[in-house]
Amino acid sequence: MTTIPHVLLAQPAQLESDAAVKLAGRRAKRRRLMLLWLARLGFAVFIVGGWQLCTAEQWVDKFFFGQPSMIWDALVTLFTKGTEFGSIWDDIAVTLKEAVYGFFLGTAAGVVLGLLLGQNRFLSDVLSPYIKVLNAVPRIILGSIFLVAFGLGTFPKVLLAAVLVFFIVFFNAYQGVREVNPNLVANVRVLGASSLQVARHVTIPSALTWIIASLHTAFGFAIIGALVGEVLGSQRGMGLVITQAQNRFDPNTVFAGMAIMAVVTLVAEFLLTLLEKRVLAWRPPSHSESTAI
Amino acid sequence: MAAKPPQHHAAASAGASSTGAARIEISHLTKRFMTRSGEPFTAIHDVSLTVEPGQFCAIVGPTGCGKSTTLGQVSGLERPSAGSVRVGGHEVRGVTEGVSFMFQADALFPWKNVLSNVMIGPVLNGMGKKDAIALARDWLRRVGLSGFEDRYPHQLSGGMRKRVAMAAALINSPRILLMDEPFGALDVQTKAIMQTELLGLWEQLRPSVLFITHDLDEAVALADRVLIMTSSPGSIKQSFDIDLPRPRGEVQAIRHEQRFLELQDQIWSSLKEEVERAYARTSGAAA
Repeated sequence: MTTIPHVLLAQPAQLESDAAVKLAGRRAKRRRLMLLWLARLGFAVFIVGGWQLCTAEQWVDKFFFGQPSMIWDALVTLFTKGTEFGSIWDDIAVTLKEAVYGFFLGTAAGVVLGLLLGQNRFLSDVLSPYIKVLNAVPRIILGSIFLVAFGLGTFPKVLLAAVLVFFIVFFNAYQGVREVNPNLVANVRVLGASSLQVARHVTIPSALTWIIASLHTAFGFAIIGALVGEVLGSQRGMGLVITQAQNRFDPNTVFAGMAIMAVVTLVAEFLLTLLEKRVLAWRPPSHSESTAI
Repeated sequence: MAAKPPQHHAAASAGASSTGAARIEISHLTKRFMTRSGEPFTAIHDVSLTVEPGQFCAIVGPTGCGKSTTLGQVSGLERPSAGSVRVGGHEVRGVTEGVSFMFQADALFPWKNVLSNVMIGPVLNGMGKKDAIALARDWLRRVGLSGFEDRYPHQLSGGMRKRVAMAAALINSPRILLMDEPFGALDVQTKAIMQTELLGLWEQLRPSVLFITHDLDEAVALADRVLIMTSSPGSIKQSFDIDLPRPRGEVQAIRHEQRFLELQDQIWSSLKEEVERAYARTSGAAA
């Protein structure tokens, strides 16, 4: 009982210091955020500035390694004058289209096959050595075959991107099915769920965590597939822009093309993160791969 | 009052559990597994037991004595290697109807909110969405979780998650409730509260219960009958009738009753041997 007056006495003082603590905490947080962005900016200035300095002072030959200011000029040229084939936007659109089609094709195939093999032990035992062999094949080389078989158009690039995406998504979907909580499955089965209902209520939502996590990596690979396909042979696309620049000994335009594709990939990554947040809203706030960095 | 047989309660309650449909008869049940090294391993051997309709039967035994395996056979998720399991007079082939499970680990859908978790049973039974929601809301009220419908499992405490699991297990009014150490992972206070609530809900519905635990106090406080299981291979060693009066009320209070202590003492002397034997074997294997 002696604690009651004590608490009553302490309360106003507590309130005041609460506000002070909150204010101090907010200030510390703001200070940390500012320091963080300053450090980030400093890092960029160090890298880009160092590069610029090294090439300007001729310590490093800008003929081979390019120069930030000239890369900027190349970017401006690409966007204002376009390439020798037309507007740069068309090239970006072509590459993006190939990557996105390949991404969807590969993801669809990977999810379906992953779910199927994950649930069917016998089928997965039969096919697993073949999948391992296929996975060990350097798949980029398939681009050459697709090019010979399907010509210079969009399709071989889509196919190459899809092949790269497929294996990433497939292994994740497969693993996702394997990691399903057996209690959960037993629970719904006892409640009378058919195997279709088990898939709908347990297996697929459970595997979705894995599948969505894999999409970040998968999209990067779709872009790589499209670009490599274009480098191997094409009539339009960023891969072609980059190869042409390489043939002209123009490293600045090569870097400019790289930068453009990096921005495209970052935007896609951002969209995928939005999707992830929407679909996986049920997840406890965790340190996911993308937010940790 | 104390001497009343459990059948009496069963007859007094309504629903499927009062008929023979909820009787579990296990006779000469044996279950063998193939281990990874290719050796056959007998998990349970020649287990025979009967759970009368509406009876609360607890199985107590040392770790790894095949208690969970026994439940798997009753649910129909697993097949016996020998012997038979009959539920309501029918041999179990495929998943038994009217059964609900409750596990030690959460078997809640982490991606469904509390309401959807509870209504999964009726939905799988083909009930309309509106009715299922209404029923789920009613059950959430019964377990004291009204207002938590939109939360996800990870936002709940361990005890609250157990309440959700309990509502989800009971919403279909199962004739048989299989519980595999459902409160094993809870702290002592939460455990006592959940046990009391389970008893309250069970007394309303009166399903037959097969309750697995390694906590003897829990078994005596909750059950009509306590079976002691031996380990490796698992078989039933002894059966004790618990004649504590029902409704039992607060589980915490029962523990101090004279009769409880007598029964607990009596059963412990039987169980102790088994635990010591199991312990000697595992420590021998570890050495």
